[in-house]
Amino acid sequence: MLTRGTVVIDVEACKGCDLCIDACPPRVLVMTTDEHNTRGYRYPELLPGCTGCRACAQICPDFCFQVYKYDTPIEVA
Amino acid sequence: MTKSRPDGLTIIPTDQPPTCASRLVDDFTPDLIDVGEHHLCPGCGEPIAIRSMVEAVSELELVQLTIAVFGIGCYTAFSNNLDVEVLQALHGRAPSLATGVKRAKPNTIVFTVQGDGDMVNEGLQEVIHAAARGENITCFMVNNGVFGETGGHMTATTVIGQRTKNTLDGRDAEQHGHPIRLANLLAEVDGAAYVARGAVNNAGNVARTKRMILDAFETQRAGRGFSFVEILTMCPTGWFIETQEAPAYLADNLGAVHQVGVLKS
Amino acid sequence: MSTTTAPPARLLEGSEAIAEAMIAAGCRFFAGYPMTPFTEVLEAMAAKLPDVGGVCMNAESELEAVGMAWGAAATGTLAATGSTGQGLSLMQESLAEITLARLPLVVLNMARAQGDYFQATRGGGHGDYRHVVLAPIDVPEAVHLVQLAFHLTWRWRNPVLVFGDYYLAHTTQSVAVDAVDFGERVPADWTLDGSTGGSGRARLISPLGDAKRADRVGYNLAEHYRTCAAHTDEMVAGIEPMAEVRDTDDADVVVIAFGTPARYVRAAVKQLRADGAKVGYVRPITLFPFPTDAVARATANARRVAVYENNQGQMVDDVRLAVLGRAPVQFIGGLSLDSAGFGIAPDLDVAVLRARIEEVLGA
Repeated sequence: MLTRGTVVIDVEACKGCDLCIDACPPRVLVMTTDEHNTRGYRYPELLPGCTGCRACAQICPDFCFQVYKYDTPIEVA
Repeated sequence: MTKSRPDGLTIIPTDQPPTCASRLVDDFTPDLIDVGEHHLCPGCGEPIAIRSMVEAVSELELVQLTIAVFGIGCYTAFSNNLDVEVLQALHGRAPSLATGVKRAKPNTIVFTVQGDGDMVNEGLQEVIHAAARGENITCFMVNNGVFGETGGHMTATTVIGQRTKNTLDGRDAEQHGHPIRLANLLAEVDGAAYVARGAVNNAGNVARTKRMILDAFETQRAGRGFSFVEILTMCPTGWFIETQEAPAYLADNLGAVHQVGVLKS
Repeated sequence: MSTTTAPPARLLEGSEAIAEAMIAAGCRFFAGYPMTPFTEVLEAMAAKLPDVGGVCMNAESELEAVGMAWGAAATGTLAATGSTGQGLSLMQESLAEITLARLPLVVLNMARAQGDYFQATRGGGHGDYRHVVLAPIDVPEAVHLVQLAFHLTWRWRNPVLVFGDYYLAHTTQSVAVDAVDFGERVPADWTLDGSTGGSGRARLISPLGDAKRADRVGYNLAEHYRTCAAHTDEMVAGIEPMAEVRDTDDADVVVIAFGTPARYVRAAVKQLRADGAKVGYVRPITLFPFPTDAVARATANARRVAVYENNQGQMVDDVRLAVLGRAPVQFIGGLSLDSAGFGIAPDLDVAVLRARIEEVLGA
């Protein structure tokens, strides 16, 4: 899967609101199923295919995302 | 580099910055917000709106000229949490305080942050008078159609059919009156130079609303008169719905009555 | 205190003299809404402030007037507002919160009678706060007290109210608006002008204070209110209450009055003294802090204390607290209003007041 960027997620800051899941245009964010942070919230995890578009960062009310755009897209298995 | 989840999905670790060549395009909490954690509800749209406002202040290089005047509502959580000078007002009163600041210090950029309960209930006359005066300030209204901080009662912008704490069967025009579309009202006021309504329920709207905020600040900087941006925000708690349903609820309910767009420029 | 200029005396109506005194004190922002008998002060400020580079706003309501003054005050601009009693009623929430935000503000009450004594001295707003209250007797004293008000409000970062009235506003007297020199203004490290933005320590002016809770978000109101209470105590301890005291050492009866009616009471007392009666007189000038010690000392040997005020009895409570049962305190005031509700005549007549005092003397 061609991947153009990636994110760092501040898992402890997340309040499990799910807004990023639907906001992500390539739909590469999925919430955890059984895992949760120390406050009890589920949080997002990243699938291959991120485009570094920042939609997640823009929609997140808790500023959980750091977004990186790769200089060259890479293939992720 | 990848990991497998119990449900079979392949995930990429997101606890470290990437090692390959890349550039940072977004960095957690904006610089002008001191502490990223706040106690607003999961899925609240207000922090998204506040973020856009302070990002605009940074981008226009106005941070050492800006004074923000806060009303009272959930968003007041940010009034002691910004690296921008802040004057805290009372419920409804931010426009008159902002007027005093701007008239005393005309070279500053002054903006208000108020909710719908604050601006359209308690303070309706203040914002209309400021607009009519062509006061060179920018007023921002975060509109979620409820009094969020006090538990979710109806405001003057609550839409017909909306369930709130005191309209549990849905707002009914005969019993509860009609919503006030404030941006539309202000667009009719001579003296208002820029009036727009945006929303933060998806990334596209966030970006479009950011543009409105920038244009409003430019209007003030150019001295063209009163500028106003209404920003529809999600309030899943006040709307009695799940956080992930709130963006659609906003579009289908609030957005149908309080329509987004630039109303005057 | 010394005068720095010596302008010639002119015939000035009280409202105009007060406006000039405000400007002499450095006031550069005024906002108001017309209401009798305050309107002429607003008119005078609207005419004069722009000439000195100041701003006068004809606000759309009293609430907006006090809001505008609040905003201007937050920038470190010397600001004032005012109204009459009813208009001040509208402003009370803001006045209480401006005090909690620790902002300087001078507030004028051009009152219709003296029924606003409680509103002024107890504050009509919510919570624990105090305003300094100054009550001039005539136009020349008002010119001085208005300037003192600006000095005190800046020094203590607390609103100061000047209690005037219909007579003061509309009486023309010969007065020189001397600028009083109170010394260097205390430098301010709290004013807003945008410049501390982005520094990591951007300034905040808030009635909720600036103390944070232990979790770094949210206000700590308990700590803030305690800080405000400490400042109030410091202010009260730091202001010398003022009163005019005459002929009380051997007085049989001491009469107490404030504001314009006190001119008539003073004249009646002088007449009675001239005719041999042992009458004394005390006129509180600071209604808060009330000159409790001065009243106590002045009435220490009196057989009776009489209080005149144009209301149902408000300052008499503070007199009773000062006298503390040492002598009976008799209220000889009452409502003296014209049909529009303004406190002029029939009591403001030296003969009428003399008769009331004589009754107390004879009792």
